[in-house]
Amino acid sequence: MADINRDTIRSENVDIGFIQEVVDAGANRIRTCMQCGTCSSVCPSGRRTAFRTREIIRKALLGLKDEVLSSPDLWLCTTCLTCLERCPRQIKVTDAIIIMRNMAVDEGYMLPSHRKASKKLLETGHAVPLDEANQEMRKELGIPEIPPTVHQHEDALEDVKKIMKRTDFQKLIEGQESEEKE
Amino acid sequence: MPNRFPNVEKSIRTVLPKLGIELEELEGASCCPAPGVIRSFDEPTWLALSTRNLALAEQTGHDLVTGCNGCYGTFKEALAELEQHPERLDEVKKVFRGMGIDFEGNVAAKHIIEVINELGLEEVKNAVKRSLEGIKVAAHYGCHLLKPSKNRPWEKTQRHTFLDELIEVTGAEPVKYRDKDMCCGAGGGVRGSQVVVSVDMAKEKIDNMLAAEADCVVNVCSFCHLQFEVSQAQLNKELEEKKYKLPVLYYTQLLGLAMGLEPEKLGLNKHVVNTQPLIDKILG
Ligand code: SF4
Ligand code: SF4
Repeated sequence: MADINRDTIRSENVDIGFIQEVVDAGANRIRTCMQCGTCSSVCPSGRRTAFRTREIIRKALLGLKDEVLSSPDLWLCTTCLTCLERCPRQIKVTDAIIIMRNMAVDEGYMLPSHRKASKKLLETGHAVPLDEANQEMRKELGIPEIPPTVHQHEDALEDVKKIMKRTDFQKLIEGQESEEKE
Repeated sequence: MPNRFPNVEKSIRTVLPKLGIELEELEGASCCPAPGVIRSFDEPTWLALSTRNLALAEQTGHDLVTGCNGCYGTFKEALAELEQHPERLDEVKKVFRGMGIDFEGNVAAKHIIEVINELGLEEVKNAVKRSLEGIKVAAHYGCHLLKPSKNRPWEKTQRHTFLDELIEVTGAEPVKYRDKDMCCGAGGGVRGSQVVVSVDMAKEKIDNMLAAEADCVVNVCSFCHLQFEVSQAQLNKELEEKKYKLPVLYYTQLLGLAMGLEPEKLGLNKHVVNTQPLIDKILG
C-alpha cells in the first residue's frame, strides 16, 4: 500500500476572520453548508475540470483565505446559478463565489484577459466596444452606424469614466498593473 | 448587443414594431455591465454603472428593455440590491454627485422575450404569415434569463416551457434534447479566460441538439448567441472538417421568418454559421 500522507492545515494558513468577511458581503447562510455536494454535482464546469464548488466553500469555511483567493479554480464558475437554485441550505453559492472573486481581485489576483476587458470598459464605457467591422455591418444593415450609447455621447462617456474613477475601479485595474511593472 | 451582433439588433428593430411594440433608444447608455464579469471584479462599480443605465431609462418614463440575458441579470439583480438595501442606493448616489443623475427606483427591467411573451401566444400566432412547419428547433433559454428564480417573472421555477411555446406558434417543432437547461459555458468570464473549458460546454450542448435532429438553435442572449456561433467555428477548425454547422438564431429572427420577412431584413445573411440551408428548407 502506498504511503498515506497526513495533510495538516497549519494555523498560519488560517484566517479566522475570512468567512465573516464573506458573510458580511452578502453570503449570509454560508456557515450552514453541510458539505452535501449538491453544488458540485450540478456544476457544468465541475463536470469537465477539477473545479469543485463544495471544496471552495469548505476551504472558505476553514479560513484558507490565500488558498481560495489565489486559486484559478475560482474563475471556472460561469455564474450559471444552478448551485444557488439547488443548494438545500439555500446558500447563495454563486454570490459567495462572486464575493470571493472581488476579494481576489482586490489582492491582485486577476487573469490577464479579464484585466484587458476591464481596461476596455475604462476607455470606452463598454467591455466590448464597437469595432470597424461591426460599424460597417451596421451601415449595411441600415441601422444607426454608431449606436446611440456612450459611443455617440461624449458627455455620457465622461460621466461613466468619472463613476469608475470614484469607485476606484480605475485604480484597481490600472494601479495594480503599474505596481506589476515596477 | 449593438457592438457584437448588429444583425440580431436589426431583427429586433424590424420585428418588434410589427408586433405593436415601440422601442425608444436609451441615449448615452454604457455597458450594462456584465453580471458575471465586471461584477466579479468589483461589485460596487457594477452597481454604480448599472444604476446609471437604469436612471437613464427612468428619465424616459419607460421600462428598460434588453435583448441580452447578461444585461437582464445585471438590471434585475441591481434593482433587487437597491430595493433591499437602501444604504447601497445612498452609496451609489454619492458616486453620482454633481452629475445630475437622479434615481428613484421607479423603473422595471424587462427582457425582450418577456415583452413578447406578455403579448400572449394568440397575438404572436396572429403575426405568423408563413408557417415553419417541418423545422425542428432546439430552444436554449440561458441561465440569467431564468435564475435566480426568486427574482424572475416566469410562471415556473424550472423546466420552463414559455420559449418552446413561442417557438411552437411559428409552426416549428421545439425538440427535447439532453441537458437542455445546461449553461452555454460562456458566462462568468470563462469564455474570455478559459476558452477550452468554455467551448467544451458549448460542444456538449450542440452535440445534444444535433442528436435530437434540430435544424437550428434558438436563443435570446447575445452571449449565448456568440458562444454557439463562434464555438462551432472553433470546433471545425480543430477537427479540420465542417462537422458543426447548426444555424444559431435569435428568437426575433425565427419569428421574423415566420412573419414572412426577408432574411436580409433579419440580418440572417451576417451569421458565422451559414443560415442559408435553413432558409432554403423554410422557403423551399
Ligand atoms: S449544495 Fe449547499 S450545503 Fe451542499 S455542499 Fe454545496 S453549498 Fe454546501
Ligand atoms: S454557478 Fe458556478 S459554481 Fe455554481 S453550478 Fe454554475 S458554474 Fe458551477
